[in-house]
Amino acid sequence: MKSILPFPICLTLIAVHAPLQAEDIEWFEGDKLVLTNGVSTVEGTSGGGLATWSTIAGRELENGIGASAHVTVIELPDYGWQSHGVSIGVLNRVELSYARQNFDTRDVGTALGLGQGFTLNQDIYGAKVRLFGDIVYGDPHVPQISIGVEHKRNLDGPVALAVGAQDDEGTDYTVSATKLFLRQSLLVNATVRYTEANQLGLLGFGSAAGEGYSLEFEGSVAYQLSRRAVIGAELRTKPDNLGLGEDDWFDLFAAYAVTDNVTLTAAYVDLGSIATFEDQRGAFLSAQLAF
Amino acid sequence: MISTFLSALMLFQQAPKQGVDWDKEFGVEERVRDPETGEFPVDPYDQDNANAGAQPFEGERLAEAFGGREGIQRIAERTVELSEADPRIADIFVAHDMVRLKRTLGEQFCYLLNAGCDYSGRDMRTAHAGMGVKKADLNALVENLQLAMGEADVPFAAQNKLLSKLAPMSRDVIER
Ligand code: HEM
Repeated sequence: MKSILPFPICLTLIAVHAPLQAEDIEWFEGDKLVLTNGVSTVEGTSGGGLATWSTIAGRELENGIGASAHVTVIELPDYGWQSHGVSIGVLNRVELSYARQNFDTRDVGTALGLGQGFTLNQDIYGAKVRLFGDIVYGDPHVPQISIGVEHKRNLDGPVALAVGAQDDEGTDYTVSATKLFLRQSLLVNATVRYTEANQLGLLGFGSAAGEGYSLEFEGSVAYQLSRRAVIGAELRTKPDNLGLGEDDWFDLFAAYAVTDNVTLTAAYVDLGSIATFEDQRGAFLSAQLAF
Repeated sequence: MISTFLSALMLFQQAPKQGVDWDKEFGVEERVRDPETGEFPVDPYDQDNANAGAQPFEGERLAEAFGGREGIQRIAERTVELSEADPRIADIFVAHDMVRLKRTLGEQFCYLLNAGCDYSGRDMRTAHAGMGVKKADLNALVENLQLAMGEADVPFAAQNKLLSKLAPMSRDVIER
């Protein structure tokens, strides 16, 4: 088992290295334009719900420390999925996040011999660094670019191994580019993810048959209806390491900033086949509190 | 800082002689508003539409969405008024000539929206030099502009079109 600790710590050091006096640092001032911090993903990072963006969590800019928390439920025909987590954004440079996923297998649990309502759990520790660029300002052709790691610990290792996974923990690496094209009122995100996770890690990592890392894509397009309301769509490609017919994901979402600090997101999600149970289409509801 | 230091220093000085014009002694030129425009004079510069910092839009539809030339001028004035009263950024505005800013900001918006104006102000880098503007200040100003445009019933997509011209100017406005 590799330890994840050194990486986030060294990322934090990069940020703290910035020439700022302690007294200059603001806490929770709310300097970002509303909605430009994105909404928490099911993996705890800031983004568009399913897709990670290059945003840094919280509402602070280069001289402040912000934070956000989220609760998300996804209601599917055969499963109930819930995630919650917290993240902090330091100097609009570094994001550190934690999320817990609880995936209730309901009747499928019985069918798979796990037991009725068996719940798969996973912890995700994330770190993201904004390299350069600004979502709103600066050169209109240069997006905000961030790199990230997500270390995932599946808490039901025996199940993951039983379905053919190689490991019960793994690490994803992401590179994201995000830009708000004001002229079109469109926010566009593209993320490349290097991952070996099966169903985000809920079914473990890699396969005993030797399948491992692959490059996957996450794309989001969001149209700003007003300062507080956006609608959009997301696509997320996924590997099929276990040969269980794992599908790419798709969603249509609407997000509304009820206040500058509270954002509600509702989406129609199509998660395809999960553990051979097909057509997992349903509702995604998420609340985010951000400072 | 410096002014506190200076006033502290003054306390230790002997009482000043009566009848001394201290502004003159220190070479401070008294600023007088132009009786016609009501503006303070500024250091000479070359007037050029290029100072507006972006190319204007084509066509007339956008200018109409902003209520034409008068509508645009009102939005610029309202943005300045909101910003002067905005505790987040008021400090940056107090020492400056708001009469002029209302006029030149209106001209800039009017020029960019192709509503039939020329921009007679300074370029963005010169106009904001030494102000110490941060991204948070810029966001505050954008919010005030959004409020002003909203009050004038400018559709959101049209609001964003104006912002699309202004946002890249952050490179000249924000202090590095
Ligand atoms: C991209 C954003 C901005 C644009 C397009 C813009 C535009 C302008 C324009 C056209 C002028 C008039 C120049 C002249 O009269 O010669 C001006 C001056 C000024 N701006 Fe901005 N501005 C921006 C951001 C800001 C911000 C964020 C602040 C402060 C929070 C600010 C504060 C001022 C002040 C105080 C003046 C008066 C300068 C003087 O008369 O000495 N501006 N700006």
